[in-house]
Amino acid sequence: MEIKPKIKSIPYEEWNDNESLEKIVDELHEGGVNVITGSLDKLINWGRANSLWSLTFATSCCGIEFMACGCARYDFARFGFEVTRNSPRQADLIMCAGTITHKMAPALKRLYDEMAEPKYVIAVGGCAISGGPFKSSYHVVKGIEEIIPVDVFIPGCPPRPEAIMYGMMQLQRKVKIEKFFGGANHKQTAEEAALGVSNEELTFREKHGDHRREPIVVTDVPEEFTEELKNSRIEELKEEAKA
Amino acid sequence: MKLEFLSFEFDKFAQEMQNLKDKKGFDYLVTIVGEDFGDEGLGCVYILENTKTHERCSVKMIAKSQVCGDGIASNGTGDTDGQVLAYLPTVSNIWRVADLLEREVFDFYGIVFLGHPDMRRLFLRSDFKGYPFRKDWAFNDKYTLEDDEEPDYGLEYFLDNDGNLQSKQNRLFGSDDYVINIGPQHPATHGVLRLQTVLDGETVKRIYPHLGYIHRAIEKMWEGMTYPQTLALTDRLNYLGAMQHRHALVGVIEEALGVELTDRIKYIRTIMDELQRLDSHLLYTSCVAQDLGALTGMLYGMRDREHVLNVMEETTGGRLIQNYYRIGGLQDDIDPNFVKNCKDLVKYLRPTIQEYMDIFGDNVITHNRLENCGPMSLEDCINYAVTGPAGRASGWKNDVRKNHPYDMYDKVEWEQCTLTGCDSMDRYLVHINEMYQSLNIIEQLIDNIPEGDFYVKQKPIIKCPEGQWYYSVEGVAGEFGVYLDSRGDKSPYRMKMRPMGLSLVGAFDPMLRGQKIADLIATCAAIDVVIPDIDR
Repeated sequence: MEIKPKIKSIPYEEWNDNESLEKIVDELHEGGVNVITGSLDKLINWGRANSLWSLTFATSCCGIEFMACGCARYDFARFGFEVTRNSPRQADLIMCAGTITHKMAPALKRLYDEMAEPKYVIAVGGCAISGGPFKSSYHVVKGIEEIIPVDVFIPGCPPRPEAIMYGMMQLQRKVKIEKFFGGANHKQTAEEAALGVSNEELTFREKHGDHRREPIVVTDVPEEFTEELKNSRIEELKEEAKA
Repeated sequence: MKLEFLSFEFDKFAQEMQNLKDKKGFDYLVTIVGEDFGDEGLGCVYILENTKTHERCSVKMIAKSQVCGDGIASNGTGDTDGQVLAYLPTVSNIWRVADLLEREVFDFYGIVFLGHPDMRRLFLRSDFKGYPFRKDWAFNDKYTLEDDEEPDYGLEYFLDNDGNLQSKQNRLFGSDDYVINIGPQHPATHGVLRLQTVLDGETVKRIYPHLGYIHRAIEKMWEGMTYPQTLALTDRLNYLGAMQHRHALVGVIEEALGVELTDRIKYIRTIMDELQRLDSHLLYTSCVAQDLGALTGMLYGMRDREHVLNVMEETTGGRLIQNYYRIGGLQDDIDPNFVKNCKDLVKYLRPTIQEYMDIFGDNVITHNRLENCGPMSLEDCINYAVTGPAGRASGWKNDVRKNHPYDMYDKVEWEQCTLTGCDSMDRYLVHINEMYQSLNIIEQLIDNIPEGDFYVKQKPIIKCPEGQWYYSVEGVAGEFGVYLDSRGDKSPYRMKMRPMGLSLVGAFDPMLRGQKIADLIATCAAIDVVIPDIDR
C-alpha cells in the first residue's frame, strides 16, 4: 500500500522537501502497511489534516501576518485552519509566530506540555527558527527547537501570508502520512522516543518522581495475621515433608 | 533637538525637579534615560516638556553610590553584600510616569531610586544576575526553563539618619487579595503582556504590569552595531508603525550629522508615515471590534488594510516591515504607479471609514461598552504621560507633528483631533478622525512631490560627532523618540527609545481601579498597546 499525501491542485512533484517526507514514511512503515489499519489511518488523517486548530501564540510581527492569513484577502478557512484556540488543551498545533525570549521560554514549554497528543509545532519567521535579527541579544532564545520539537519551519522576516499557508499545507501533508494505529504518530524528542512516554509525563516525573514504579510498602500489619501466615506456612512445610 | 543638560546638586535634586514642574511648567516627563557614563559613573538623563509652550529641557544627574554590607542597604537576604549600589532620589512622586521608567533604569543599570515604593525588576526575570546595560557586564545568554519565583514585595530604599542606604519591604498584596494573571499568553493583551490583577469580586483593585516577555534588548545590541546596521531593528518594534520608528532613528542620526534633506525626501517620508498611520489605525479599529466580540467589524478593517499595504509594497517591497528609510534619504525612489495608487486609495478609503462607524462605531452596544470605560482626566494624562490618541481623547494637544513639526507637517493643512470624553469611546473616535486627517495630508502632498534626489549620499562609514540628541516623531500610538549619545565612534555609545506603550501600560492601574474586569479588556483594546514596542 503506497502512502503519498495528496493536496488538491498542487501535484506531489511540485512540493519542496519531498525527501524528508518520504524518509518519515519509510521509518514509520518499516514493517509494511496493513491494508485495514492503513485505510483507517487514511480516513483519520484526512479528517485531522483538514481541521488543524492552532494555538494562537503570536509574540510579535509574524502574528500580524498570521492574522492577515485569517482575514478577507487570504482566508485560510479554505484549508480548514480558521479555528484558532486560546487554550492549549483544545489546540492541535502551536503556530510559534515571533521571537521567544528567555522570560517567555518557560511559558512556551509549559503550553507545549499542556497540549494533548498528537501535537505539532510550526516555527514561523527568523526569530523562532534561529533568533533571526536578534541572534546576538542576551535575552533571545536562538531558535525554539532548543525547547520543543518543530515540525515545519517557515522562513521569512516576517514570512508572507502565502508562505505561512504553504507551511501549513506542508504540515497537512505530514499529518496525512502518519500512522495513527500502532507506533509513534509524530515527531518526538529523543527523550520521549527512548522512553515511549509523553512530554507531559516526563515533566510530571521530573517534579514528583516516577509515580508508577514506587514499591508498595505495607506497615502496621495486625499480629494475628502474621501469626496465621506463619502457622499456615509451617503446616504447608509439614505436609510437604510427609509427601 | 541637541540636548543642553541642566545639572543640579545631588541634595537639591528633588527640590529642583519639583521647581521645574511647579514654577517653570515642565509638567510632562518625556523619558528617563539610564546611562553608564563611563568614568563619571552611572546616571540618568531626564527629558521634560512644558505642555503649554512645548519648550523642552533636559537634566543630567550622576548617581551617588555606597558599598553594601555592614548594615548598609541590606535587603534582608544579604546577597547584595559587597556590591556597589548606585542611588538617585526618585521623581515618581512628581511625575507619576516615572514609576515604570525608574524601574526600567533599575532593571538595566541597577540604580536604585530613593523613595520609590516598588524597586522590582521590570523587564528581566527576578533571578537575573547583574545589570546587562552596564558597560562592564559580562555577556551571558544562558537561560532556564524553570519558573521564575517572583517576590511578592517591592523594595523601598531610603537614607537613614547616618546617611546610610537602607531598604524596607512593601507588600504587593493583602493577605486576602484575590489575584489573577492576565497573560502572558492571552488573546486580548495584543501580545505577551502580563497584567497581574487584584480583584474584589469583579472589581479591579490594583493592576501590576509585568513586562519583558518580548524584551530583545535592542538598545544593548545597538551599542555594538554601526549606524546603518541599527536601522533594521526599529521596524520590529511596533511593526504597525515601522515607518515612524525608523523615521525617529534616522532623524536623530541625520540631526547629529547635520544632513540637509531634499524636499522630495521630506514629501515621500510624510506620505509614507501617513500611509503607515492608516495601516495601523485600520488594524486598531479591527482589533477593538474583535476584542469586544464583533468579528465582522474586524474583517472589514483587515480587508481595507490590505489596500494600504499594496500601495506601500509596490514602492518598498515589504508588506509589514518595509525597511524603507535610511540615513540620508530613502532606499529607493517611489514606484511609477505610486501617485496613482495613492489617489485611488484615498478615493476608496474616504467613504469606507464611515462603514466602520456604521457597522461598529455607532452601534449602541459599542457605545454602552466603551463610554466611561477606563476614564482618565487631562491632568492625569499629562502626569502619566499618556501621549498619542489616548491623550488627545482627554483634550491634551500633544501631537508631535504640530508641537515640534518635522518634514512637511507644518506646510500642510490638517487638524489635530482632540476630544474631551476622556474615555475609551473617545479614544476610538480620535483614531477614526485621525484617519481622515491622514487622508487629507496625503491628498495635499501627493500631486506636488517635487523632483530631486531620493538619497543624499553619505560617507561609507558614518560617524556621528560627540554630543547628545533627542528626536521624536508622532508614532501611531503616541510620541516615539530616540535619544542618542555619541562619542564620535562609528557605533552609538548609548541609544534609547521612548516607547509609545510603556506609559500607556503604566496608566492602566489608575484608569481601571474600581472598574470591572471586563472593562480592562475593553480599555486595553481601545488604548492601542503593542507589546514589542514596549519591551524593545
